[in-house]
Amino acid sequence: MTIEVRNVSKSFKDVDAVRNISLQVESGEALALLGPNGAGKTTLVEMIEGVQIPDSGEILIFGKSWKNDEYFLRQQIGLALQETRFQERLTVGETLRLFASFYQLKKERTNEVLEIIQLESKSRTWVVELSGGQRQRLALGIAILQRPQILILDEPTTGLDPNARRDLWKILEDFKATGTTLILTTHYMEEAEFLCERILMLNHGEILADGTLNQLLDKFGEGDLIEYVIKDANPSTEARSLSGVLSSNWNSETGQGLLTVKSISETLPAFLDLIKNLSLKLTSIECRRSTLDDLFLSMSGRHLDE
Amino acid sequence: MNNILLRLVISQFKIFFREPGVVFWSFGFPILIAWTLGIAFSNKGEILRNVAIVTEAPQALYVLPQWLYKITGTVSTELSTEAELEWEVGQNQGEYARFRFQAMSEDEAVLSLKRGKIALWIESNQGAALSYRFDPGNAEARLNYLLLEGAFRQQKTSELKAEVRPLTIVGNRFIDFLIPGLMAMSIMNACLWGIGWNLIELRIKKLLRRMVATPLKKSIFLISHALNRMILSAAELLLLYVFAYYYFDISIKGSLLALVLVFISGYCAFAGIAVLISSRVQNTQSGNGVINVITMPMFILSGVFFSYHNFPDWLIPYVEVLPLTMLTNSFRGIITEGIGLKQVIQPSIGLFGIGALCFALGLKFYRWH
Repeated sequence: MTIEVRNVSKSFKDVDAVRNISLQVESGEALALLGPNGAGKTTLVEMIEGVQIPDSGEILIFGKSWKNDEYFLRQQIGLALQETRFQERLTVGETLRLFASFYQLKKERTNEVLEIIQLESKSRTWVVELSGGQRQRLALGIAILQRPQILILDEPTTGLDPNARRDLWKILEDFKATGTTLILTTHYMEEAEFLCERILMLNHGEILADGTLNQLLDKFGEGDLIEYVIKDANPSTEARSLSGVLSSNWNSETGQGLLTVKSISETLPAFLDLIKNLSLKLTSIECRRSTLDDLFLSMSGRHLDE
Repeated sequence: MNNILLRLVISQFKIFFREPGVVFWSFGFPILIAWTLGIAFSNKGEILRNVAIVTEAPQALYVLPQWLYKITGTVSTELSTEAELEWEVGQNQGEYARFRFQAMSEDEAVLSLKRGKIALWIESNQGAALSYRFDPGNAEARLNYLLLEGAFRQQKTSELKAEVRPLTIVGNRFIDFLIPGLMAMSIMNACLWGIGWNLIELRIKKLLRRMVATPLKKSIFLISHALNRMILSAAELLLLYVFAYYYFDISIKGSLLALVLVFISGYCAFAGIAVLISSRVQNTQSGNGVINVITMPMFILSGVFFSYHNFPDWLIPYVEVLPLTMLTNSFRGIITEGIGLKQVIQPSIGLFGIGALCFALGLKFYRWH
């Protein structure tokens, strides 16, 4: 067992940020903590990182606690905090070498890391002149300097444009192949799906669901989705009586409708026949599997990106 | 347009008042300072102006009141002891001042001048005119002279012969008094702003939290900041001294080793204070206020620009244990009086002690996150 979290709670003034969470992470596992803002993701990972101290409960990493083995654990864990502003008037290379000195690493390692995070050309550039994506890559570079056994990243791509996000994902995907245990917090379901096999959904400091993407959708998902737009009349009531329909909703203002079905292939032909028979004008239709966001919405009443 | 302006102004007000620390340092602190300084300086009667009387008269200590009366016709006094004479002048002329005369030899008067205990001395030998000895560049000494001269002339029935003999000998000038004080103040500022402020800024940037999430030892991190500023501060002092040497002809009369010891101990004291004051502060406005709370009283009281010996007697023992006072006095002693290692051991231990205590407390209560 790499990480074991036992009945951990943490409060700030009158807010219970984490409520009695227990969790185990195996070596080499990639775990995403998924949830909207205020779900408790950052507090939980900061307690695992030893940056915050739990009010109650216990966290063991490689069987060791922060209280007794801080120096050892700091060597094993690489982390990128949600927000760090590095010294603006140090260069990228100088910043990496400074942090490398804390782990007593040689210059060759900082050169390797510069290559991994694709910032070789920026080695002599002041941090203040880096873009948001480049700064995040620098933070990631610092996190992986000592080849950590565990890498913990707190919302590594928040605020980045899609290209910068994909660049970072690619670096992380390569790094994952080295067998490092990865924990990342995010409120982007695509990020969780792309980078992590295991997903932990958090809301109001509690675990809502825990498993692989398919396990979660099979266990908690209500079915597949047929989204359509019909503006002139409400087909919802008739649609509800079709075979395999679990729920049916229609918004009279926008004309947007949503059918939750057991199987798209079973219900879609019957639904199209119904529209034809009722002589309704179908503006658009889209069929898809439930996403983590749909699942989260059905479980918590909140969207992940709230 | 007006609505936008109004909204912006209201929003700024809300942001301001929702930060209690900022409100205190903006409103509370100036009132506190005004109150403190008002208490310290409004009662002019509390300020004693020390003046040395240098005379060849035998047993001058015992005859001081009579001597003064004889010379000036002054009818005295509030308090007279064998060694001292206190005299209040100008009660009804709106130029109220309180003087304390002390008889001493010329050598003692020079030493007192260097230490800031007096700003001027009066020489009088039998049959000769009254001589005022002071540096005309020292505003406090000039004021003392004018007050005394005016008061003597009012009291005196016959014509009083008096002359001013300016003190321009190196070591006795106001600039000789000032430069060591500026050196001490430079160390204080280097530490409190250079270390304390920087650490607060690192906390705000979350860089402090990131640094200590590595195997880096926290004490090493703090010491690195202190060491860095110490080297910079040594260079600053060297530059200031070189300037004073060539421009004002000031040179170090005492032990260089003692100077190094005092520099290091003074630096340790203020570096420790810097670590302590940065230990809990979470925004720059509060940091600014806390640093000012520490520096301003010492700036006023510690005798950097003017002597603290003019303050009430009850205050002086407290002033003398302030780190900036200890540092200023030690620097002044080494540079102008020529004192050695032995004389600075005690203040250096005091400064090291303050530094160690503040550093330990700061480290214990430090907010890294």
